[in-house]
Amino acid sequence: MAKVRGAIDVDKELCKGCGVCITACPTHVIELAKQVNGKGYNYAYMENPEACIGCTNCAMVCPDSVITVYKITI
Amino acid sequence: MAAIEIKDIIKKENLVYGKTKILTDNIMHYCPGCSHGVIHKIVAEVIEELGIQEKTIGVSPVGCSVLAYNYLDIDWQQAAHGRAPALATATKRLLPDHYVFTYQGDGDLASIGTAEILHACNRGENITVIFVNNAIYGMTGGQMAPTTLMGMATATSPYGREAALHGYPLKITELIAQLPGVAYVTRQSVQTPAAVRKAKKAIKKGFENQDKKIGTSFIEIVSTCSSGWKLSPVDSNRWMEEHMFKFYPLGDLKDSERNSEEEYKKYIE
Repeated sequence: MAKVRGAIDVDKELCKGCGVCITACPTHVIELAKQVNGKGYNYAYMENPEACIGCTNCAMVCPDSVITVYKITI
Repeated sequence: MAAIEIKDIIKKENLVYGKTKILTDNIMHYCPGCSHGVIHKIVAEVIEELGIQEKTIGVSPVGCSVLAYNYLDIDWQQAAHGRAPALATATKRLLPDHYVFTYQGDGDLASIGTAEILHACNRGENITVIFVNNAIYGMTGGQMAPTTLMGMATATSPYGREAALHGYPLKITELIAQLPGVAYVTRQSVQTPAAVRKAKKAIKKGFENQDKKIGTSFIEIVSTCSSGWKLSPVDSNRWMEEHMFKFYPLGDLKDSERNSEEEYKKYIE
């Protein structure tokens, strides 16, 4: 069966760390970073990148449109 | 099997979802997790999908979304408080081949703008109304709105809304669904990916109805105000699901393929 691997690219400086993407992710890929960005928000990042399936759920609920989703079939 | 690096996946040809070009690069002034951001995005995506960027005119309200004109790369008007439907009426009548929509909050549409929205809908103006209902006045600091739920604590009802003192919450969408001029009335939300997809479909239908000239399309989006509700964005979404959806059930209230006159004949029978 073809396996799908996805990856997200979060614009760290624009992320406001609301965490809505974390609850939307079905495979628990995203977490909030311990570091903060220039605005003082803990930005979202891929804690568990192997599990990402590129479903775009996180990008769809992101209020600031900072998530870009990529997907490949291997 | 060789391990795949993240940088091998993040390539232009593998892109599946990105920010639409209709959204500008300005940083949104909304609080973290605000539903306005998602609603702006789905409106932008609908405009891009329909290919109507050059022919769309938005009317922004007074409220948090007063600066909506900074974020969507289309033509905009800015209306006085509550008067967006009146301005949209004029715009649509002067430029009938353009797509005109108003973007209003509950403080704007359900309170000071009640007269404008009821009459614009009753006249059956061919506009799309996007009504963002978060049951509070977000911009001015969380005061009680007409749509505030019973028992909900706000800055001006610190012990919770009481019927004897503050009256009852206003279901403006149900009121509007009674009017013969409206073609499409629906209530959606944007807290989950599934809800975002449904809301996007509803907004798309609202814009397409302008082509058919069958009357006003009214799309309510039940949303959150994490700052006003004093909850985290994730908790506000949960609070909305538990409390708001009971009083504001989601779904289509009216979906008419007929034109307004036929609808009116049915109404007087």
